Amino acid sequence: MTRLGLSWQALAALVLCIGAAFGLPLFDSQPGTSVATTVEIFALILAAIVFSAGSGFRPTSVFLLFASAHSAAWLLISALAGNEGTARLSYFALLAATWLLAWRTVSVLSHLRPVTAQGRTFVRLAIPLLFGVWILILWEAIVRGAGVSAIILPPPSAIAARIVTSLPMLAADVNQTIFKSALTGYIIGGSAGFLVAILADRIAFFRRGLLPIGNMMSALPIIGVAPIMVTWFGPDWPSKAGVVVVMTFFPMLVNTVTGLTASGHMERDLMRTYASSYWQTLFKLRLPAAAPFIFNALKINSTLALIGAIVAEFFTTPVVGMGFRISTEIGLLRVDMAWAEIAVAALAGSVFYGVIALIERATTFWHPSIRGG
Amino acid sequence: MTKSTSTVVSARGLGLTFETSDGPVRALSDVDLTIGKGEFVSFIGPSGCGKTTFLRVIADLEKPTDGTIEINGMTPEKARESRAYGYVFQAAALFPWRTIERNVTLPLEIMGLSRAAQKERVKRTLELVNLTGFENKYPWQLSGGMQQRASIARALAFDADLLLMDEPFGALDEIVRDHLNEQLLELWRRTNKTICFVTHSIPEAVYLSTRIVVMSPRPGRVTDVIESTLPKERPLDIRETPEFLAIAARVRDGLRAGHSYED
Repeated sequence: MTRLGLSWQALAALVLCIGAAFGLPLFDSQPGTSVATTVEIFALILAAIVFSAGSGFRPTSVFLLFASAHSAAWLLISALAGNEGTARLSYFALLAATWLLAWRTVSVLSHLRPVTAQGRTFVRLAIPLLFGVWILILWEAIVRGAGVSAIILPPPSAIAARIVTSLPMLAADVNQTIFKSALTGYIIGGSAGFLVAILADRIAFFRRGLLPIGNMMSALPIIGVAPIMVTWFGPDWPSKAGVVVVMTFFPMLVNTVTGLTASGHMERDLMRTYASSYWQTLFKLRLPAAAPFIFNALKINSTLALIGAIVAEFFTTPVVGMGFRISTEIGLLRVDMAWAEIAVAALAGSVFYGVIALIERATTFWHPSIRGG
Repeated sequence: MTKSTSTVVSARGLGLTFETSDGPVRALSDVDLTIGKGEFVSFIGPSGCGKTTFLRVIADLEKPTDGTIEINGMTPEKARESRAYGYVFQAAALFPWRTIERNVTLPLEIMGLSRAAQKERVKRTLELVNLTGFENKYPWQLSGGMQQRASIARALAFDADLLLMDEPFGALDEIVRDHLNEQLLELWRRTNKTICFVTHSIPEAVYLSTRIVVMSPRPGRVTDVIESTLPKERPLDIRETPEFLAIAARVRDGLRAGHSYED
């Protein structure tokens, strides 16, 4: 075995292949798959096993391994058309074999040491991307192969198709929930938390009275105020933004107050020797030193804002919005539409978070956690 | 030295008691000291002798509880508000989000100098500490010795006549420290500033100072004041001369006398 230079993944894939060959055909139903396709799948998997052998890896052999394993996976998924819910054990054995070979691809990739910067970026992006793609491949193949009801879990292809056919509706929902409710609430809540933190820092009365109450308020289940917000601001987006304001206010308040104490004694003494005023010290020393804490709050709040805006729409709401859509489509058993909204929300949340993380990297480049050392 | 007309620091019966949870701690007791313009005075003693506290009282970072102290004939608070001194701390305390140039302009920005004046001062002071060419580097890209030089440049940038230095080279290795000591003496000769320098190294104190104030702890007080007889021009190898060693021996005796109380 070691003489052949086979990894344990390739070896296991080989065993699964042999097992599948004895357990043919792949599907219980007619039409099943053509002999040619079945042979092709076996050939690709065996080719991938061959390409994965050896210890010295060149980019070409890694690419061939990647291409053959993923072509086999693609053929397996294509073969599902018309055969949903009838896949036999042999089908899942082959699926597992391709998955193991993809695993091998990732582990070989993670051992590559590219010389160029582009190469490093490519490897850094390729590994998590392959990981994510395989979650979708396994989800698709298992749900369709085993015939899981679309009400329990629709396959990713159905969700993608739903997204493509419902783009105008999704755009209207994103506009309502993300740009109107979440973003407005996020900006107002964050700014208010920030200003109150400065006020509490400047005026001892606020610091002593407000902060303990703030800490207590942040422990409340804030989403419970959503119906109250509807009675105050009506059913449209202002009431959802109100929920987001209440949710994002306290993380920003608490983080900014902590951040304002982050500057060192020596640095504050230094400012004092310059006879620097309160505001000069605040802007030139304490706020820059607090920036990592403030960005922390901005990142926490980016996810809180999205959750707040979506969940608040489960209560009284006009007939648009991501939360409204999820709750009504689930009621109509159109689960794929709910998943489509969830996918879009996940994407929007990641973009939101990513933009803040990028701004953070550019602003607090000096912090040891970012400059690395 | 004409002390009546050019006194920079004058302390009489100065004392400071910190209130701690373990009861009052006498950090400074009955300090009488006059520092004239252009002097280089070192404060030496074991930890807890009040040498840093005395410097902080001059800088108005601590308030004395007894006695009086005047800086340029003003209270320490007025002196601080008129930016009478530059202070160099034990660590460089540079702001990591500012380049070296912008760290040096920090006091100038606070004091409201014009951009052009800031540029000119930065160029001059970075030249003074041999950091020309490092304007756009960030502090964490420089060595410890360079960082401390940048912090000295920052203290020099606004041209105060008094420089207070609290063990500025304490964290650096001996070779870097020798080099910076040489540069500091050179800088002192060129600018004719008054320097108060806290250290716990006897050779450093003797090499640099025109006067050495020996202090001892519990309570922090002055036990000896030694006038240096060394010339103003001091190459590093002056430290091998009998004259140097004699002063060093006197400082060591003073430190030992202070210690004999406890044992």
